[in-house]
Amino acid sequence: MPKVHLEKENKTVNVQAKTIAELLKKLKLNPTVCLVTVNNELVTGQYKIKSRDKIKILPVVSGG
Amino acid sequence: MCKFCKTNPVITLTNSNISLCSSCFIKYFEKKVFRTIRKFKLLDKGDTIVVGVSGGKDSLTILNILAKLAETKRDLKIKAVLIDEGIKNYRSITIKDAQKFCKEKKIQLYIYSFKKEFGYTLDEMVKKLKLNPCIICGILRRYLLNKKSRLLGAKKLATGHHLDDEAQSILMNQFKNNLELSARLGPITGVARFKNFIPRIKPLYLLTEKETATYAFLKKFNHKYVECPYSQDCFRNDIRDFLNDFENNYPGSKHGLIFSFLSVLPLLKEKYKEEKVRYCKSCKEPCAKEICNACEIIKKLK
Ligand code: SF4
Ligand SMILES: [Zn+2]
Ligand SMILES: [Zn+2]
Repeated sequence: MPKVHLEKENKTVNVQAKTIAELLKKLKLNPTVCLVTVNNELVTGQYKIKSRDKIKILPVVSGG
Repeated sequence: MCKFCKTNPVITLTNSNISLCSSCFIKYFEKKVFRTIRKFKLLDKGDTIVVGVSGGKDSLTILNILAKLAETKRDLKIKAVLIDEGIKNYRSITIKDAQKFCKEKKIQLYIYSFKKEFGYTLDEMVKKLKLNPCIICGILRRYLLNKKSRLLGAKKLATGHHLDDEAQSILMNQFKNNLELSARLGPITGVARFKNFIPRIKPLYLLTEKETATYAFLKKFNHKYVECPYSQDCFRNDIRDFLNDFENNYPGSKHGLIFSFLSVLPLLKEKYKEEKVRYCKSCKEPCAKEICNACEIIKKLK
């Protein structure tokens, strides 16, 4: 299962999903408020996840 | 796939459903900022622009693009001003980002602090006064930005406000039935206001927060996520979440809100025209009352 790092919460979770869009849905995250990187490159919701991918979710909103 | 060059996309624009790759997106973003500047006549020949920076992604993005524009328009001068409110574990971090950025880009950065200008940091003020930190922070920051940019010879004060910030403000004012405040929104404000008041411009007016974050990421201005300790549970955060949920379910809603607002804005400006010039009795800065809001706060601190 690919590992997903959540930058804002600073924690890592394991989630099974075929695409980034599905992954965000499973994590109940709104794509309008996050950027997703795979191996440090930005991707969109259509990206098809591979088993070794390093996924990071960064918040769009800056605080304050 | 990127609409133009069929490589891997980095973003899908919610209002048009177009996907773009990294280099096409950067071109799109910068072009759109330049178009916004032309469309709303945000800059004039020979302007000195002060950019209000916080060190966050929005302000570094606009600073970067205006500095880029100044490379081709020799008569345009850019300076950056940062207000250090004195917020522990927050501003101290973003200041470093701003300093590093300005050093790399060879932009003059001027830093003014609440502590030095008013005698107290925001953290200290919050302990002394029973006021919402964001209200104190906003009033004093705007006050200093206006005063200092005028002293630096600015013709305009540019900020990193983007489409999301504006959409939130519009909706907040609607919900609170405060259209007079909305009359002071828009991509350029305070032009014919009065002497000593520096007009404010928002060149990121038509770019969303997600687009801005994407640009900042691709340009590698991004840093660790830091959040102001006072930013919790405010009305704006709820409005922001509401708008973003709505945007997710009904793509293009935020743009719809902005464009419909722009078409009624001239009517609002006419209705809430400011009549008379007033200057604060205590500090001589332009204001709406006898004593300006900033001086009111300072008085309470003593
Ligand atoms: S969240 Fe409030 S206190 Fe913090 S920087 Fe913003 S306005 Fe100031
Ligand atoms: Zn492309
Ligand atoms: Zn005053």
